[in-house]
Amino acid sequence: MKFWISCAIALGGAIALAAILKNEYFFFAGYTVLMFIVLATAWNILGGYAGYVNFGTPAFFGLGAYTAAVLFKAFELPLALQIVAAATMSGLLGLGAGLLTLRLRGIFFAIATIALVVIMETLFINWRYAGGATGLQLLRPPPTAPFESYIKMLFVVMAALAVIAVAIARYIETSWLGRGLRAIRDSEEAAEASGVPTLKLKVFACTVSGALMGVAGAPMPMYLSFIEPASTFNLNYAIGALASPMIGGTAHYIGPVLGAILLASFQQIVTVTISNEVNVLVVGVMLVVFVVAAPDGILGLLKKIPWKRS
Amino acid sequence: MEALLKVREVSKHFGGFTALSQVSLEIGRGERFGLIGPNGSGKTTLINCISGALRNDGGSIEFDGAEISSLPAYQRTRRGIARSFQIPRPFTSMSVLENLVVPLEYVQHRGTLHIADTRAEALEILRTVGLQDKAQTQSNRLTQVELRKLELARAMAARPRLLISDESMAGLSGNEVDEVLAILRTLNEAGITIIMIEHIMQAVMRFSQRVVCLDAGRIICEGTPEAIVKNPDVQRAYLGA
Repeated sequence: MKFWISCAIALGGAIALAAILKNEYFFFAGYTVLMFIVLATAWNILGGYAGYVNFGTPAFFGLGAYTAAVLFKAFELPLALQIVAAATMSGLLGLGAGLLTLRLRGIFFAIATIALVVIMETLFINWRYAGGATGLQLLRPPPTAPFESYIKMLFVVMAALAVIAVAIARYIETSWLGRGLRAIRDSEEAAEASGVPTLKLKVFACTVSGALMGVAGAPMPMYLSFIEPASTFNLNYAIGALASPMIGGTAHYIGPVLGAILLASFQQIVTVTISNEVNVLVVGVMLVVFVVAAPDGILGLLKKIPWKRS
Repeated sequence: MEALLKVREVSKHFGGFTALSQVSLEIGRGERFGLIGPNGSGKTTLINCISGALRNDGGSIEFDGAEISSLPAYQRTRRGIARSFQIPRPFTSMSVLENLVVPLEYVQHRGTLHIADTRAEALEILRTVGLQDKAQTQSNRLTQVELRKLELARAMAARPRLLISDESMAGLSGNEVDEVLAILRTLNEAGITIIMIEHIMQAVMRFSQRVVCLDAGRIICEGTPEAIVKNPDVQRAYLGA
């Protein structure tokens, strides 16, 4: 109950901001932060709960973005349907990639996911209809009422998607599914011996995780009015999606949210005040600091502080 | 005695190394069965083939009348084969209680019961092994003997008909060995067939009704504990010629 009230407050807050604030840049930056909440939450389902480190975020994210862009170009599909289609495509990619690669363990799985990014990028570079290497210019339709600007609408849409993503992660985490995934992370042999269908569960996590990454990518073409392969399949998405849960904490669904808010806001501030190059450095430094000083992330730090009344 | 488990001519190779060659044995319902053999004789490999952690290269494994050698490990667990691990593998991110909830949820009550119910059941199992006071302890904080008990408790939570205990007593003191033996005996009295792999000869000899000795991937001898100890092949395998 508390969770759903918090969700309603978060979403209500986003709508209120869209109604009150006039500065468009706030929504432009806020969209990115919310997008990273979705990416980090999605990543954590496989990477945090099951312990399978996925560097392939850009492949799922990019496929989602391109699915939306191509459907918009071909049929002028509305945004909601673009998102559903992106989730389906990226979910299918997760299913296929999971079946092929999740028999590999640890580092070998991680390597396979990097290959996935290269494959997807090459595919779209060579697809002329989707713009090839030069990209595709897209003309935004007018925003749907009651929104006065498209960027504000995207901001609220992404806030809703973030709430949905966190709710899904929370459901998985607190149910038998989450316990099975944690068992896999702790010991795959013991999990299997305890009746956990490890391969099925990993493929399930990879599918859900992939679908949510696709969802995060779907509004991107409309956000930029443009799409091209190099920036869409950029490894920065992989790093952001991985670093946020590491910084926030992987054990609880709120960890990736905290991490993404902290990291993505900081990156936005640095991009504006210093430079875009330094922003990449920030991720690196923060990741190193947290891995060394707080291996269980912010949540791990909070647990150590005896602040609860006894 | 009707056989619960039939292993027929099972072989397992790792590259050029033959870990098991044409091993056949039958284990009856409710039997207390001991598996001994020197280090590297293939005991754990045989257990891995039976439980599904490894696939056998040749031969067949029948459990309760059905061929199981092509089934993944989790399905064998669901059919009633549970095991403990030689080196304890607790789910370290979970409490002791939660360790048992995993098999309870995934074997017995697949998607049907609420957590509260499985928790009561898990506590009941913890009581039988004497870990009830540790229910809320994080499982990576247990002592060696507690870890062994947790391994057994988690295997029990899968409600097995056949329990394979892989060196559950290695590294334990005399009293602790007695404790674990008592647990296994209680389980057996409740109708569970038990395969015990052990280095501690005294424990196997006291516990088992029938013992098989493996050496270099072959069965060299089978019989009552008394007969096994006197067997010259067994003495040679353990002590050298």
